[in-house]
Amino acid sequence: MNTATRALTRPPGWVLIPGLLGAAVILLPVIGMMSRLKWTELPALLTAPASLDALRLSVWTALVATVLCLLLGVPLALLLAHARFRGLTVVRSVILLPLVLPPVVGGLALLYTFGSQGMLSGALEFFGIRVAYTSLAVVLAMTFVSMPFLVISVETAVRGMDPEIIEAATVDGASRTGILRHMVLPLIGPGLISGAVLAFARSLGEFGATLAFAGSQQGVTRTLPLEIYLQRETDPDAAVALSLLLIAVAVVVISLAYSRSRTVH
Amino acid sequence: MDHTVNLTRARITAATTAVVLLTACADSDTRDQGAAESITVFAAASLHEVFEDIAELYTEETGTAVTFNVAGSSGLVEQLENGAPADVLATADEATMERAVEGDLIAGEPALFAENYLVIVTPADNPAGVQSLADLGDDAVETVICAEQVPCGAATGRITEASGVQITPVSEETSVTDVLGRVRNGEAEAGLVYATDALQAGDEVEAIEIEGAEEDPNLYPIAVVDHAAEPEAGEEFIDFVLTDEQAQQILTEAGFVEPQEHDAA
Repeated sequence: MNTATRALTRPPGWVLIPGLLGAAVILLPVIGMMSRLKWTELPALLTAPASLDALRLSVWTALVATVLCLLLGVPLALLLAHARFRGLTVVRSVILLPLVLPPVVGGLALLYTFGSQGMLSGALEFFGIRVAYTSLAVVLAMTFVSMPFLVISVETAVRGMDPEIIEAATVDGASRTGILRHMVLPLIGPGLISGAVLAFARSLGEFGATLAFAGSQQGVTRTLPLEIYLQRETDPDAAVALSLLLIAVAVVVISLAYSRSRTVH
Repeated sequence: MDHTVNLTRARITAATTAVVLLTACADSDTRDQGAAESITVFAAASLHEVFEDIAELYTEETGTAVTFNVAGSSGLVEQLENGAPADVLATADEATMERAVEGDLIAGEPALFAENYLVIVTPADNPAGVQSLADLGDDAVETVICAEQVPCGAATGRITEASGVQITPVSEETSVTDVLGRVRNGEAEAGLVYATDALQAGDEVEAIEIEGAEEDPNLYPIAVVDHAAEPEAGEEFIDFVLTDEQAQQILTEAGFVEPQEHDAA
C-alpha cells in the first residue's frame, strides 16, 4: 500500500476503542492461559517423547495437507471464479460446507467414505490402500477442513484481477496455460499465500475430524491438538504447555509466510 | 400492538400464578419443611442414563429437583477446581475422586456405590474370531483401547499387565464411548469397554467376558462437595443411590455390579 492510499483508508478516530476491544477478545484468553503456565516445568513438558512425536506429526501432516490444498484448491478456485451457470451458488455453498460442519461430523463423513466399512472400502482395498488409523487419515481430515479457506482466498483474488491486463496478453497470443503461469498466478500471489497460510493454520489446529476419523495413536495419528486433549485428562499443566507450543509454531509459520509474501511483492 | 402485548402478559401472569399455586400444593403434600428445591450433581459420563433415571425417582420421593452436569470424571474435577458450583460428585474411578479429595473439594468420605469391569467387544459378526483376551495379543486383530490417561485405560493397563497379554492397539481413544463407537461401526475388530457400555450397545456388538476382570473392577465413588449449597440434600441423594431398592435395580439393569470386598490389587 503506498502512502496516498494509506491516507485515504485512514479510519475515523472512534474505531480505536471497538478495535482494541476486538483485539482483547482474542488476546485476553491467550494471556489468561499463559498465566497458568509453570515456566520452570516447561522444558521437561515440551521435550517428553509424546510431545515431540505429536509436534513432529502435526507439522508434517499440516504441511502435506497445505500442499494438497494448493494442488487441488487452486484449480477449483479458478473454475469457480470463471463459472457462470445456474446453481453456482449452491455448488459454492457445498464446497464451503466444511466451514459450517462441526469437525466431528466431518470426521464421521470421512469415516463413512474412506473407513474400512465405508463407501469406498472396496476400491481402497483393491488398490491396497489403508486409510483408517494411518497418518494418511490425518492428512485427509486436515485437507477436508482446510480446503475452503484456500478456495475462498484464491477465488476472491482471481475475481479481483483487472481483466484488461489478461485481455492484453490474450491479444498478444499467449496460451491459456501461459497466461495462468505468467500473469494470473503472480497477480493473485498475495491471495494465494494468505489462503495457504489459513489452510496451514486450520490444519495445525484440526482436532474434531481427526479424532473421529483417524483415531489417536502416538506418532501415527495423535497430533498436537489430540495430545493436548489427552494430557488435559491427567495433567492440565502439560496441556497448557503444549497449547503454547502450538501457538508458537503457528505464529512462526504465519509470520514467515507473510514476510516472504511482502518481499516478493 | 399494545393491546396484544398486555393480553399475553396477563395470560403469562395467570399461568405463572397457577403453576406457583400447584407447586405450593405439591410442596405441602410431599416435602418436609425446609427441604432443598434443587441440587446439582456432577456425574461421570458413564453414569448419565442411570443417574437420570435414579434422579427421577428421587425427585418424586423428596420433591428436590436434580440438575446434572455430565462429563468425563477428570473434566468434572477440573471444573470443581475452578469453582463450579455443585452439591454432589460421582466419578468413574477412585483415582479421580482421590484428586478431588486431595484438592479439598470434597466434604467427608466418599462412598462406593457401584463397580464396573472391562469386557471385550467385537462387531456383531466378530470378523476376527476373537474368543479371549489372548487373541488380542495378535497384532493382526485391529484393536482399540482407552488411553492410559483416562479411567478405562487405567483399567485396561491393569488387566493386560495381570494377564501378560501385550496388545498393540491401532488407536487409543480418549473416552470409552469412542472405543465402543469404533467397534460398533465395524472400524475396529475388537475393543475393551465396560460391561455397562457393552450392554448398552445390545445386539450391535458381541461381548466377551475377560477372566479375572470382575475381580479387578473400577469402583465408582460418590461424595458431597465441599462448600455445597445444599449439603443435606446432597447427602440425602447419595443415601438414595446407596440404599433405595429401585435405584439399586436401575444400576444392576444397566450392568453395574454392587460394590464388594476385593483383595487389594
